[in-house]
Amino acid sequence: MKEDPGYYDYWPYENRPKIEWPNGAKVAFWVAPNIEFYELNPPNNPFRKPWPQPNPALPGYTSRDWGNRVGHIRQMELLEKYGIRGSISLSTALCDHHPEIIELCAARNWEFFSHGIYNTRYTYGMTEAQEREMIKDSIETIYKHTGQKCAGYLAPALSHSENTLDLFAEVGTELFGDEAGIYSCDLFHDDQPTPINLRSGKRFASIPYSLEMNDTIAYLVQKTTPRSYGKEIKDNFDRLYTEGAESGTIMCIPTHNYQVTNAHRIKAYEEALEYITGHSDVWVTTGKEIAQFFLDNYYDIALEDIKTKKQKYGKLG
Amino acid sequence: MASLDSDYLKYPERSYGMDHDRYEWSMLQNRKKVTWPNGKKIALWINVGVQFFPLNQKGIPFKVPGGMTKPYPDLRHYSLRDYGNRIGIYRFFKALDNYNITPTFAMNTKLAERYPYLLGTIRERNNELLCHGYDMDKLHYGGQDNAEETELIKRSLDGLRKLSGQDIKGWISPAKNESENTPDILAANGIEYFCDWVNDDMPYNFKTKNGTLTAMPLSTELEDRFIILNNLHSAEDWANQVEDAFEFLLKESKTSGGRILSLNIHPWVLGQPHRIQYLERVLEKLSDNPEVWSTSASKILSAWKNQQ
Repeated sequence: MKEDPGYYDYWPYENRPKIEWPNGAKVAFWVAPNIEFYELNPPNNPFRKPWPQPNPALPGYTSRDWGNRVGHIRQMELLEKYGIRGSISLSTALCDHHPEIIELCAARNWEFFSHGIYNTRYTYGMTEAQEREMIKDSIETIYKHTGQKCAGYLAPALSHSENTLDLFAEVGTELFGDEAGIYSCDLFHDDQPTPINLRSGKRFASIPYSLEMNDTIAYLVQKTTPRSYGKEIKDNFDRLYTEGAESGTIMCIPTHNYQVTNAHRIKAYEEALEYITGHSDVWVTTGKEIAQFFLDNYYDIALEDIKTKKQKYGKLG
Repeated sequence: MASLDSDYLKYPERSYGMDHDRYEWSMLQNRKKVTWPNGKKIALWINVGVQFFPLNQKGIPFKVPGGMTKPYPDLRHYSLRDYGNRIGIYRFFKALDNYNITPTFAMNTKLAERYPYLLGTIRERNNELLCHGYDMDKLHYGGQDNAEETELIKRSLDGLRKLSGQDIKGWISPAKNESENTPDILAANGIEYFCDWVNDDMPYNFKTKNGTLTAMPLSTELEDRFIILNNLHSAEDWANQVEDAFEFLLKESKTSGGRILSLNIHPWVLGQPHRIQYLERVLEKLSDNPEVWSTSASKILSAWKNQQ
């Protein structure tokens, strides 16, 4: 077991090379709806219990199913209203269970990225071969149902192994070459894209997918009220917009159809989206577009700056 | 049901004062009034915790608050904590400098070893550093082997002294948790003050086997992590609570002598884009007030000691 994942190097948030987003935007803004399928009777995982109650665990299962039956359309229409294409963090088994949702999103040219097979199948305890097979299945499923070559990954239920990012990048290349498997949403260490160290040496980026702005974290962990959540989103945006004048920042709102689209919560969310998209210097985009833009234009510059900063103080003492 | 031993109704420490001999029982109202330099009423101690939470947390004898909570590798909590050291702390520096506030940095020695750039930046600022233990997973705890703890404290202090070039005088244990020997070992290793006991609003003398330490008041109740992540209040509400505390202490100081407002804050909590403005709001209000003396922990300690 490692004390540090080793995926990224220290890169202080001062005097970084300026990132300029397309059309002079200060913030790259993306929304990542998690479209998930939770199983009613998932197999046991020795490291994490899927549900608090014995099967059938109705409270958790039914509220999530509500998200697909009722909430999805609400959020999709809302995002469309503000010109936002969702970047879907997809439980890929949903392609088999609910192809209607996939078709609606594909028709709007939304991005699909892999969030595993089911959100009730954790990476914990998988061998490397098993994790590779699960990732491969998820990328192939996205391609089969949408024709998209999966660019991004968020491990199912944020369950990881030491090799998760390596495996995702390698399987992407194996299936589709270097245009697939290019970014991860699994790390929360930065407000800008950062280069990721992989054993293959592949060019790969971490794209901030803010856990702090995640509706599930806000509502289930922080017990935030809807209005307070709306305010936090605006506060988050304001700071990133200001700082983005110095060097482009990224803001992400990760959402869940079973949380943010509840009738008592959707108003606060809409006000926040209206506020953000009402600003002129915002690049409303998707995870893949940000990752590709960073890899094409700033990845090498970032690596160089990280090296320079590392040398500044050398080893003290 | 098993019955209790007859000793359960015996009370060997039942007498005037404390049930231990570490410090004297003393009510705040009965103490000598303290005056701060230039007649200021509130000494402001901004204590910034700069912490390393290892991914391979052992959690002996408990999981540190703010540490990993998911099965290994908990990338989520590891990277959110590390966010503070990469991003949040640079927002803190700007905010502190903008309002001309003097911070004190409580640093894990392991972090100083890992991030020379961050330590170098703090060194150049000439702010006081105090040692916050080795890392957030190296807890000091009741029943810990004395030799093991002594080695841990020496390693933490020697390392930070060497890397920082400062003769570190202050200490905060990770999680403010101690063994029964911690104060004795700290006193034997050149520590003058420590901040683990949250039982006062003013400094007080703390007896050890190796001389007297000063216990410095660093409130947990008003800490950003405690209010926002433990009590689940908003960052805005943290700012409201700090401002209320400040106004109360200022009023009390008019009749009872100088008081201390100590804020223990963390860049991984308040350094987030949606929270930083509330730290700025607090710093602006405090810096605007002519009754506030913004200074380091050890300067507050010296001013207090000189009046005892």
